[in-house]
Amino acid sequence: MIPLSVRDIAKTFVMHLRGGLRLPVFSGLSFEVDRGECLVLGGPSGVGKSSILKMLYGNYGVDAGEILVAHRGGLIDLARALPREVIDIRRLSLGYVSQFLRAIPRVSAVDIVADPLIGSGIDRDEATARAEAALARLNLPRDLWTLPPATFSGGEQQRVNIARGFISDHPILLLDEPTASLDAANRAVVVDMIEEKKAAGVALIGIFHDEDVRDRVASRVVDVSRYSARGVR
Amino acid sequence: MTDAPILEVRDLAKAYGARIGCVDISFDLWAGEVLAVVGESGSGKTTLLSCLSTRLAADRGSVVYAMRDGSRRDLSTMREAERRFLMRTDWGFVHQNPADGLRMGVSAGANVGERLMAVGDRHYGHIRGTALDWLDRVEIDADRIDDRPRAFSGGMRQRLQIARNLVTSPRLVFMDEPTGGLDVSVQARLLDLMRGLVRDLGLSVIIVTHDLAVARLLSHRIMVMKEGRVIEHGLTDRVLDDPREPYTQLLVSSIPQA
Repeated sequence: MIPLSVRDIAKTFVMHLRGGLRLPVFSGLSFEVDRGECLVLGGPSGVGKSSILKMLYGNYGVDAGEILVAHRGGLIDLARALPREVIDIRRLSLGYVSQFLRAIPRVSAVDIVADPLIGSGIDRDEATARAEAALARLNLPRDLWTLPPATFSGGEQQRVNIARGFISDHPILLLDEPTASLDAANRAVVVDMIEEKKAAGVALIGIFHDEDVRDRVASRVVDVSRYSARGVR
Repeated sequence: MTDAPILEVRDLAKAYGARIGCVDISFDLWAGEVLAVVGESGSGKTTLLSCLSTRLAADRGSVVYAMRDGSRRDLSTMREAERRFLMRTDWGFVHQNPADGLRMGVSAGANVGERLMAVGDRHYGHIRGTALDWLDRVEIDADRIDDRPRAFSGGMRQRLQIARNLVTSPRLVFMDEPTGGLDVSVQARLLDLMRGLVRDLGLSVIIVTHDLAVARLLSHRIMVMKEGRVIEHGLTDRVLDDPREPYTQLLVSSIPQA
């Protein structure tokens, strides 16, 4: 079973506060991702690559087409799934490393990272131990672990975000520029982490601006600008 | 995922004379789900909450609740005594103003213990022990157990109200602007606490709020209300990141950062 296939997706934003302005993003967008490969979304900046990941995660609705996700032994169309189904898919099958960390007031870095594990039923002590190991691997200074990340630098926040996204055993993982604000040493750690996910059979879909990272992790590149409703600018 | 909703609402409506309170409200709530009802004041969200929690009689429509024993009961056909028992045991209601949900003249311990006695607990030592445990869970020091809520700050009162509601292990909790009127730092602490409790206890929650950041942090689903009707309904992230309706777009664009 293919972990994720996207078929004929179309998306248009309608901006009611600007007189109903219609902003078409994509039409006819189709691709699939197999186990153990990292599909890279390519194309010029502004073409809507991040929007695709948001559609795949359910943050953006789609107007037409299917997003078929392997979940609980079957295929479910995320584009039409009920909210509670989307939440279940996110809990068990589909992970997402967003571009920016959404910090939660008062919650420490280590708890933010451990949170998805606890949500999937893993015991708190084990989840915390795994979260600490992930933060250590990404070289986040130990004295930051128990602090809420709201005051961290961009790179520190991003490492918390990466640790959180990679810690679960989701069979599908979406990556939105995970290495954007990292130094070379931490970029290398993330490249290793991606390779480990591939070796473990995870299907990855990512956006990478950094060419060096992209060349190292990509199994395939899909130029999404050919599906762009705006055309290449 | 369980296969039947804990609450089924169909075509619920309530008018105040000629003025619409809420109308055409239909949705299901599932165990463990947190549903945020958002909209401006006057949009009907508090009327809806009052009808759902049977504090106000609806004009038409039905609300069916899955009882602990698995039977499904239409709330409008329940006897008053049954409804009151449900409110005291299986349900919680967290008011915006803690004074509406607490007894201000009795101690913190009694406020929590009272709900236990309502479900038949008569053992003083057990009641006090459970009350202490709950005060600790809502981060109120044990040495405040004999103080009256009058002596508490707004944030502490709200945490006490939550403890009073949760001590009987309710399955469904209604919340009406629970963070309204609190300082931002106090709000953050309360939100963090609520988030943890909701997850740990697997509660189903219907929370009315005009604060989209609260909805983002706590809820799985959002219903947007305007002029008594639900105009948009969906996964919280989807409604906030990709709002469809003109009014929802206006709400989302009106906040600094959600």
